[in-house]
Amino acid sequence: MSKKILLDKINVPGIKTYEVYRKNGGYASVEKALKAMSPDEVVEEVKKSGLRGRGGAGFPAGMKWSFIDKKSGKPRHLVCNADESEPGTFKDRYLMEFIPHLLIEGMITSSFALGANLSYIYIRGEYMWVYKILERAIAEAKAAGFLGKNILGSGFDLELYVHCGAGAYICGEETALIESLEGKRGNPRIKPPFPAVSGLWANPTVVNNVETIASVPWIVNNSGDDYANIGIGRSTGTKLISASGNIKNPGVYEIELGLSVDEFMNSDEYLGGMSSTRPLKALVPGGSSVPILPADLIFKTANGEDRLMTYESLSDGGFATGSMLGSGGFIVYDDTACIVRNTWNFSRFYHHESCGQCTPCREGTGWLEKVLHRIETGFGREEDIDLLWSIQSKIEGNTICPLGDAASWPVAAAIRHFREEFEYHVRFPERIKNRDHFVAEPFEKVKHLVSKVIV
Amino acid sequence: MERTQHKQEINMTEALMSRINELISHYPEDKRKSALLPVLHEVQDAHDNWLSVELMDKVAEILHILPIEVYEVATFYTMYNLKPVGKFMFEFCQTSPCCLNGVEDLMDYTCDKLGVKIGETTADGLFEVRGVECLGACGYAPMMQLGDFYKEHLTKDKIDQLITDCRDNKIILHDK
Repeated sequence: MSKKILLDKINVPGIKTYEVYRKNGGYASVEKALKAMSPDEVVEEVKKSGLRGRGGAGFPAGMKWSFIDKKSGKPRHLVCNADESEPGTFKDRYLMEFIPHLLIEGMITSSFALGANLSYIYIRGEYMWVYKILERAIAEAKAAGFLGKNILGSGFDLELYVHCGAGAYICGEETALIESLEGKRGNPRIKPPFPAVSGLWANPTVVNNVETIASVPWIVNNSGDDYANIGIGRSTGTKLISASGNIKNPGVYEIELGLSVDEFMNSDEYLGGMSSTRPLKALVPGGSSVPILPADLIFKTANGEDRLMTYESLSDGGFATGSMLGSGGFIVYDDTACIVRNTWNFSRFYHHESCGQCTPCREGTGWLEKVLHRIETGFGREEDIDLLWSIQSKIEGNTICPLGDAASWPVAAAIRHFREEFEYHVRFPERIKNRDHFVAEPFEKVKHLVSKVIV
Repeated sequence: MERTQHKQEINMTEALMSRINELISHYPEDKRKSALLPVLHEVQDAHDNWLSVELMDKVAEILHILPIEVYEVATFYTMYNLKPVGKFMFEFCQTSPCCLNGVEDLMDYTCDKLGVKIGETTADGLFEVRGVECLGACGYAPMMQLGDFYKEHLTKDKIDQLITDCRDNKIILHDK
């Protein structure tokens, strides 16, 4: 069994409640930090831990904290990003639903480190029942004296509230999230200024993912060095992985970074292999935005090394032969899945979720969706494949926020690794019609029709 | 196209106003506008799950902001409905992981059973079927949102049961 930091107590009966959570060592990090440490010492431990942002970008959390402007004298805020919306990702919901006090404890300890006296948890509107769970947990923590004025007699004050969104993927981007928290449309802001200088209501603000904040209590209770000893290299600690698709045991798993993809996929402790006898076709390892990997690049990198569940190993080979750990949304496809249909599905998602501010994304995502739909429904043209490539390359890097990149990468990777499947759609439109949402026959069986014959 | 004007009876009850005031208190005094999204959820829940212009104007008045500031938000976020909707909205997640688990077949099945197309409301105003984007339940697919709650690991049998329960008024939509 690998080490559990976040989920080790998740199965304790009643852990959702304050009493049980407290009896099981809960809120110890608040006591330790407020009574025996200075805010800078807490930041230092988080820096030493090597903890990286768990929302997808993987930016070192301690470094992000150290950027917060303390000189201006303005009020500071910590905002937790619980707007989990990346297709394939459902880990934060699990944590908040079943052990809500862990997040609240992390918010208190982290707010203390940042000198924030008013903090928020921004949760997506669809998680309405989780919003209520958090509201009740906050009331319990407040009644127990862990929130409010002069917490534990330390002189530190903190008010913590939950704020709900209303159905917009873009609000997972930190500046769009701040706009939304201010009661506006979720349009990302141009950076700089970064939120650490001018964020919520133009005050210095840090935005961290749920899982990042929930890791802080363990780091404070133990030490940054202890955390850094878990994992491999710059991928320290544990990571929640949300696994879905054609696998035997879908769900949320806490893994030590450095576990091999093979073991994660195939051992009974984790995913238990494929859900049926159909073979593995492709993997999206880190949420819909990251490049899809074909079967031959999943367990081994292009160099023939074992592929590991780390930031570095999953991106080994760059976008040519690698992908990204991202948010840990692990989507597994067997050979009944149609890559063109899947890519169209993702493009529809990004088109729907584009905020419309930047032309390349607003228009480009619509083009991607339409051209992919045309190919998928049997009306594609040979030149459409190059057209898709051209559109995605013109979105990437040309937008205010990373949604443009997120929309481009899945299309680019699908064409890079599965071009023949697109060609098959274009050249044999009759064979791909009337398929009832899945492939009529596994692509391996018809691949010879489009494979280049070397004479 | 003919445009229908939908009428909505506005009823700001004491309980609703007290919840709104509580939400406003979560933000600094001069930042009342920040409460806009949570307040819109509350008033929508209390008004048959949709927001008329009159209701949005009322919210603007309460938050001391211009009506346009409410409209631009209400039109941006997908969870706000700007016209009447079915009482029981079956919002199926139709993003890739749910598709891998056959949600498209289930949506077809539900539409056939209720005699509607996606986005339509049944004549009795009880049901509406929608396709929405990723709801964060990929491991428990196929699934849908019904009110404040998720219905997961769906099958045709479970859909049948849900429809029956809705008709018998056994479904709780909101967690208040």
